[in-house]
Amino acid sequence: MKQGRLNLVLGGAITALLVGMALASLVWTPYPPTHIDIVHRLAAPSAAHWLGTDPFGRDVLSMIMAGARSSLSVALIAVAVGAGIGIPLGALAAAGGEWVDQAVMRASDLAFAFPALLTAVMIAALAGPGEANAMLAIGIFNIPVFARVTRGAALSVRERDYITAARAVGRSETAVMLRHVLPNISAMLLVQVTIQFALAIVADAGLAYVGLGTQPPDPSWGRMLNDAQTFVFHAPLLAVFPGLAITLAVLGLNLLGDGLRDRLDPRGR
Amino acid sequence: MTRFLLRRVIGLVLTLLAASLVVFLVLDILPGDPASLMLGTAARPDTLAALRHQMGFDQSAGLRYALWVAGLAHGDFGISYTYGVPVAGLIGARVMVSLPLALMAITLSTLIAIPVGAITAARRGQAVDAGLMGLAQLGVAVPNFWLGLLFILFFSVQLAWLPAGGFAGWDKGAIAALRSLLLPALALALPQAAILARVTRSAVLETLDQDYVRTALAKGVTGAGVLWRHALPNAFIPVVTVLGLQFGFLLAGTVIIENVFSLPGLGRLIFQAVAQRDLIVVQDLVVLLAGSVIVVNFLVDLAYFWLDPRLSRDAAR
Repeated sequence: MKQGRLNLVLGGAITALLVGMALASLVWTPYPPTHIDIVHRLAAPSAAHWLGTDPFGRDVLSMIMAGARSSLSVALIAVAVGAGIGIPLGALAAAGGEWVDQAVMRASDLAFAFPALLTAVMIAALAGPGEANAMLAIGIFNIPVFARVTRGAALSVRERDYITAARAVGRSETAVMLRHVLPNISAMLLVQVTIQFALAIVADAGLAYVGLGTQPPDPSWGRMLNDAQTFVFHAPLLAVFPGLAITLAVLGLNLLGDGLRDRLDPRGR
Repeated sequence: MTRFLLRRVIGLVLTLLAASLVVFLVLDILPGDPASLMLGTAARPDTLAALRHQMGFDQSAGLRYALWVAGLAHGDFGISYTYGVPVAGLIGARVMVSLPLALMAITLSTLIAIPVGAITAARRGQAVDAGLMGLAQLGVAVPNFWLGLLFILFFSVQLAWLPAGGFAGWDKGAIAALRSLLLPALALALPQAAILARVTRSAVLETLDQDYVRTALAKGVTGAGVLWRHALPNAFIPVVTVLGLQFGFLLAGTVIIENVFSLPGLGRLIFQAVAQRDLIVVQDLVVLLAGSVIVVNFLVDLAYFWLDPRLSRDAAR
């Protein structure tokens, strides 16, 4: 219980820091994140440039802040797509009878065979790389994840007495699902949202790293790591900061998810 | 049991066909005219017509799909547009890098995760448990391609122990080849091991609560004997499940990490093919990778029966 509280506080704080950084970058960064200043390129961390500068003299801290914005918006859209389509599908599978259930589940088995990277590869071959590509590819992968979690949780809740009672007083299947089942599994779905959010941040960075996601000059953590690799012998720190940002973001969200689970699911106590 | 197996195999074949159909629809039908997508808008009409004929784009879609799938089944993956050579040859050479890399990563992650999971479960609440699980919490959060970059930074730049990338080639001997795969495999394996160790730990904790464990203890089996002989083997099902679920991520990670370490594997081929709009290569590779995820999960399903004989008794009914 103490551990759960610690997770919640620490995870919440890290996540808040991340969101704050992304929001702040909308109005202020120490330097414009795409501002090229060749004279001060590859500068070591200093009072003027807290995290140093990259091979083009761009301020690394400003790029990390702008990268947080890019990363969070990709993850937000990807999770919204996954939850927005996956949760109704999962509810339909749980309530819609044998055939609907089979159809949704087989389709989600199929979708599972395509990690976001493969979907992104296909989209990039058709329409070229870009931020929208990453959002769509990760979003599509999230659909079966949310469908399965929703279906599983809904099926177990539907066995409870209060659901039988609701049905006995003549509530329709739709009303039972919307008013009784979904509210009762919302905590579990919220935990899943934090998990998928963390996975989306890693996937987004990976896609940007291999050049399928966010394109330069827009700053992104994955792209920064790719750029840093060329200079790994001259400026090793450039390869450290963006990775730390990703790790911290994922760690924060995972801790938040663990904390929420402990708090919301009484069985875990 | 035979009937059950037969149903599973039919399911496998249908899923593979469905996956190939999805890939075909996206990469062959959706572009409208794949030939002009490959050549770009500036292509001359006669060049376009020639490519359409050469790639079979002047045939009906149904026939093209049937020919493609039939070819795949026979190991004929078509001809690369960019390289003008059979795609099967291109893939074959690169599988010899990607497959050993993925296998090495799975082996390493299992070898690390299972003992860690078992020990932390046995020492629940003690310092070892807290320390290793804290490390696992961190490990889950580290992206594998960044870990690869850090390995290059540490082992290649600072210590100069191992090459910063590149592949020695199997003709230089197995040791040299495996040496060039060691860092990328480790970078893939450690975050994976963190996830597996957590799953192993909670599965072992659950089995440690079971009656048969208490019975074994009552019979005088030592704590270690109970852990390794009784609790751990019974905890394998969730571990194998997660291994199957994680396989897609591992595959994606392999493709990305090959780029970190400049390894001439499928990952390099797939991104080159995307950049060059070599659609047939993209189509083949995507179906191959998605197909391997499907096959691995099929094998995981079968492994349940081997791990838990009670299941095959139920299936026989």
